[in-house]
Amino acid sequence: MNGFLVVLQKELLEGTREWRALATTLLVAPLVGPFLFVGITAFTMHQAIDDVAAAIEIPAVGAERAPNLVAHLRQSLIDVDAEAFADQGDQTARHEALREAVRSGEVEVGIVVAEDFAEALAAGQAARVWVVADSSSNRARPETNRVRTALGAWSATVGGIRLQLRGIHPTVGAPLAVLRDDVSTPSRRAYLLLGIVGYFVLFAVLIGGSQIAVDITAGERERGSLEPLLAMPIRRETLVLAKVLATLVVMTASLAITVISFAVAVQFLPLGELGMTANFGVVEAAQMFLLVFPFAALAAALMVAAASLTRSFREAQTYTSIAMIAPTLPVVFAALRPMQDSVPLMLVPALSQHLLLSDVLRAEALDPLHIVTSVASTAAVAAMLVWLTVRRFRSEKLIL
Amino acid sequence: MIEVTGLGKRFGDVQAIEGVSFVAPKGRITGLLGPNGAGKSTTLRILATVLQADHGEVRIDGVDALKDPLEARRRIGVLPHGSSVYGNMTARENIAYYAALQGLTGAAAEARIDRVIGQLYLEQIADRRARGFSQGQHIRVSLARCMVHDPSILILDEPTNGLDVLTTRALRHVILERRDAGCCVLFSSHVMQEVAALCDQIVIISRGHVAVTGTAHDIRIATGKDDLEDAFLAAVDLEDSD
Repeated sequence: MNGFLVVLQKELLEGTREWRALATTLLVAPLVGPFLFVGITAFTMHQAIDDVAAAIEIPAVGAERAPNLVAHLRQSLIDVDAEAFADQGDQTARHEALREAVRSGEVEVGIVVAEDFAEALAAGQAARVWVVADSSSNRARPETNRVRTALGAWSATVGGIRLQLRGIHPTVGAPLAVLRDDVSTPSRRAYLLLGIVGYFVLFAVLIGGSQIAVDITAGERERGSLEPLLAMPIRRETLVLAKVLATLVVMTASLAITVISFAVAVQFLPLGELGMTANFGVVEAAQMFLLVFPFAALAAALMVAAASLTRSFREAQTYTSIAMIAPTLPVVFAALRPMQDSVPLMLVPALSQHLLLSDVLRAEALDPLHIVTSVASTAAVAAMLVWLTVRRFRSEKLIL
Repeated sequence: MIEVTGLGKRFGDVQAIEGVSFVAPKGRITGLLGPNGAGKSTTLRILATVLQADHGEVRIDGVDALKDPLEARRRIGVLPHGSSVYGNMTARENIAYYAALQGLTGAAAEARIDRVIGQLYLEQIADRRARGFSQGQHIRVSLARCMVHDPSILILDEPTNGLDVLTTRALRHVILERRDAGCCVLFSSHVMQEVAALCDQIVIISRGHVAVTGTAHDIRIATGKDDLEDAFLAAVDLEDSD
């Protein structure tokens, strides 16, 4: 048996003997992660669905002055509690009480109908209604928007009637018709939610192999088994390649678990209810696996290189933690500033995999040139990292 | 046989060894003796091909170890100072790993592994994980794995450090047995008595130089001291007064 296979087999044997650590790295992030992500997403999506469909109740001060408005709000599934703060005394005190309730978060949103509302309405003037809300609260935003939209709709309706009474066509008062033309496809809309999947997959790959990479380099050195190993008749490059491949095997397992776990977990998302399609079946899962595999090779080389630079286990863990974040930075950048696929972007490892995964999730065609560029650039960086590690292993600094 | 000529090695500002020359013939036990920090480990690590010499020559059975380290490594068994075995693997697996790295396969490998397990009295613990082993058991497994390919040369760096009587005795048996089988055994120590008791030839190293070479008898004569410990101190002093 040649030296490469001997070392590879031994590293994997020893790795599986540390089954507790291996199970933690392979099961926690890759297996539980996607379900956790999907669970949280599903929860917020259910909330979004509920928010549109469910009736809400808001407190209103002075609702008795605007019976038609209240009736309109009820049609829009916004129930009005006209009795709220009735015991607070006059209009000003009740207004203040509502503001305090919103401020404290007790109430998300409420309205106040001005004392001169009925008179202003009758006189054909602008009748005032306050929407009391806290714009810094994300929680209150959907409800506040619903109240504003309903008030606006009532205003437009009444305005139209007023114009008609004066013999003027209602469109005279609405010179602009702003129409909605959403070109997103159901898959594209789902991608907004699933966009983070790509980031997660890359991260799971990095995390999956970091443990074994540290164990077989800095760990081996710290435990004192490296020096006798270096006195064995095996070339340093063979030794490094075997160690990188052992790391790659674990990372590939991590990648496979993550992709399968996502494919299963996504089926539990109520995407259909929001008019989205999760483009995530067996074919997409296989595509994701194959597209990310070159990144796993790079990640394995990176982790082994980072861990080889260090003198101790602890130091190696710090280095690999930093090395773990570096490749994901372009992905974060891409998430903040969405970009279109292009050949130059495919030259950046991690980013190229992220963009290709995005295409898969959005059900868009994959450009073969992009795939080739991504694989080639990723492989080139991986090869460079392996070369650096080989140099490190050839240097006697490794054991001094 | 090991032939060392004019070996020098510098680490930064420190000249670890300079002009170290000696011959360790086959069928003999050579002791590398010297105080801590004298350069024993540096010398042995260069012979083991894990460090590169700045200058000088090392021949392992005629093979230039600096030019062809892979070939040299096939002929030597190395026990570095403070080395350890893989805790998650059994004693047998540890030994089998080195056997495989030395290119041994199949029945021949099995036979060699069983033989060193017997030689180092490891039968009882052969299939136990090395994690819980005592210091002595660790050393015995380390020694077994470095001898598994039946090397003609054994290089042992302070093998007796921190060993109990039983393990020391087992070690001594193995060293003598190897010598009688025609091996060249080179080991370092800073314990005079064990070197005197075991070695056919002594190389006293001090401050990176070879101070004296010869049998215990030769050294007593050269230093004019009857007691080997006095002789050792005299040899070291001799070097210091330069």
